[in-house]
Amino acid sequence: MQASRQQPRTLKHQLWVAFLVVPPLAFMSLFVVYPILSAFAYAFYDWQGLARGEFVGIKNFKEVLFGVTMAPVVWNAFLHNVYALVALMIIQNGGGFLLAWLLYKEPFGFRFHRVAVFVPVVLSTIIVGFLWKLFLNPNFGIVNQALYSLGLDFLAKPWLGDSSTALGALILANAWHFVGFPTLVYLAGMQRIPPEIIEAARLDGTNEWQLLKNVVWPLVAPSTTILFTLLFIGAFNWFEIPYVMVGLDGSPFGTTDVLGLVFYRTAFGNQSASIQNFGLGSALATLLFLFIVVFASMLTLWLRRREIQF
Amino acid sequence: MTAITSDTPATRQPISFALLAQVILIANSFIMLYPVLVMVLSAFKTTGEIFEHPFALPDFTQVQNFTKVLGETAMPTYFINSILVTGTSIILILVLGTMAGYAVARYESRTNTFILLFFLAGLMLPLKLAVIPLFILLRDLGLLDSRWSLIVTYTAIGLPSAVFIMAGFLRTLPAELEDAARIDGASEPRIMWSVMLPLARPPMAIAAIQNAVPIWNDFFFPLVFIQTDARKTLPQGLTTFMGEYTTDWGMLFAGLTIAAAPITLLYIALSRQFIQGMTAGAVK
Repeated sequence: MQASRQQPRTLKHQLWVAFLVVPPLAFMSLFVVYPILSAFAYAFYDWQGLARGEFVGIKNFKEVLFGVTMAPVVWNAFLHNVYALVALMIIQNGGGFLLAWLLYKEPFGFRFHRVAVFVPVVLSTIIVGFLWKLFLNPNFGIVNQALYSLGLDFLAKPWLGDSSTALGALILANAWHFVGFPTLVYLAGMQRIPPEIIEAARLDGTNEWQLLKNVVWPLVAPSTTILFTLLFIGAFNWFEIPYVMVGLDGSPFGTTDVLGLVFYRTAFGNQSASIQNFGLGSALATLLFLFIVVFASMLTLWLRRREIQF
Repeated sequence: MTAITSDTPATRQPISFALLAQVILIANSFIMLYPVLVMVLSAFKTTGEIFEHPFALPDFTQVQNFTKVLGETAMPTYFINSILVTGTSIILILVLGTMAGYAVARYESRTNTFILLFFLAGLMLPLKLAVIPLFILLRDLGLLDSRWSLIVTYTAIGLPSAVFIMAGFLRTLPAELEDAARIDGASEPRIMWSVMLPLARPPMAIAAIQNAVPIWNDFFFPLVFIQTDARKTLPQGLTTFMGEYTTDWGMLFAGLTIAAAPITLLYIALSRQFIQGMTAGAVK
């Protein structure tokens, strides 16, 4: 860095540096490091409400993964997280990539479209969830109203009440909310590609599809790495949209249940009736945490290998 | 104009492609904006009008839904709480982030790598999954069900990114700046405050926006930490409000519109800074 700099090495100087670094480090230790380390420890104890009981080893983990009452719920929810991840990879990130390519060419009105696509991103998930819940209302929501006025009555459905469409509706609401984010990250990635590369490909007579597939997609690999990793983490932490739109139980009949809802129900579910189990909740959080860390690192390493230096 | 744009290679393409691109972009912007527009328009209607004519333009002089939301519900309280929590968190994030970032960027020390690794770990770990121990810690500190429970949590989540943004920027400032001040006899705190920090406003704005939007919009931590209605923030208060007025759709849309208005208007006014700030973590 700036190695040649002359700096006084007095006690006064060291106190000044300590004054700068100790408060932030202390803050992080208390409110991040300590809770995360405790989260692992808590999973090995029995809990009665808010009071920690005796050490029970891996009993909580066994219950979460193989227990008769808990495991089917957990695996059912896990599957829905995987569905959401795959669907959002295609719709949200894939859609964002295509929109970014259209914006990259700076067509007429692109400034407007760039601002418009990001409007839902700044809104709270709670607002987005309630808005779409009202729009998808079977009787008075604008989705069914629009279908009726177009004479497509047979397509109208109780979208959130029907087991076959509820999860899809949540995924689409999420994609509406966030598609602007991958769009603008990909756009920034495309703008960093040296124009000569695309020019050269054009001179070689590549068509639009080949250009996208063989030139642009490989060259925006760094953006893909970040976006796919963020989506992976987000999909397994999915909570707000399902909570607002279908409720804590993932109705109808658990067809929209996700791990975030299971965790909340287990840990904080019913505080008034004191149906809360911090031991099982901590075990589930720990497993989810390890799963995310392991797979997100693998995903990142695998995606990084695709990145090309230019 | 045409001569200039045809120089960029990507724009050279058949007309049919350009037309298709326009159609897709216009359709997409319509899908992005129309739901927001319907929300605002419905807020001016009575519930009956929403059910009868969902797509019609309202009579914009009918503002009773808005006056009712602002006058008869707890929405203004939620709003003030959101401002207090977001504002205090951002100030703490900027102060603590600048302190650590400045020390790492401007003073050589063997501990710098350790400090950066420490914050890097904080950047990677989702604190959401440690919410149970955090809940117990806040209870032991007597902060549960207070606005401070949210402020310390948000500061802890936002601090690592602020440290990296500040350190990354402060590192690029030339050493001559502080050396000159040092020769003039300025103390280290004075150099930091009067020479270096006035130059560091742009990264502070980025760090502020990057953190302010998710903090303003967060729902999960208030849901777990806050019980008392008078301390709820806007997203959490909105769920209470939506539960109270389930059948009065005019009120529901007015509540949603009022909750969405501040950040949407701010975004429209400062869209460049918002986009830059919110994608800062993913764009290098």
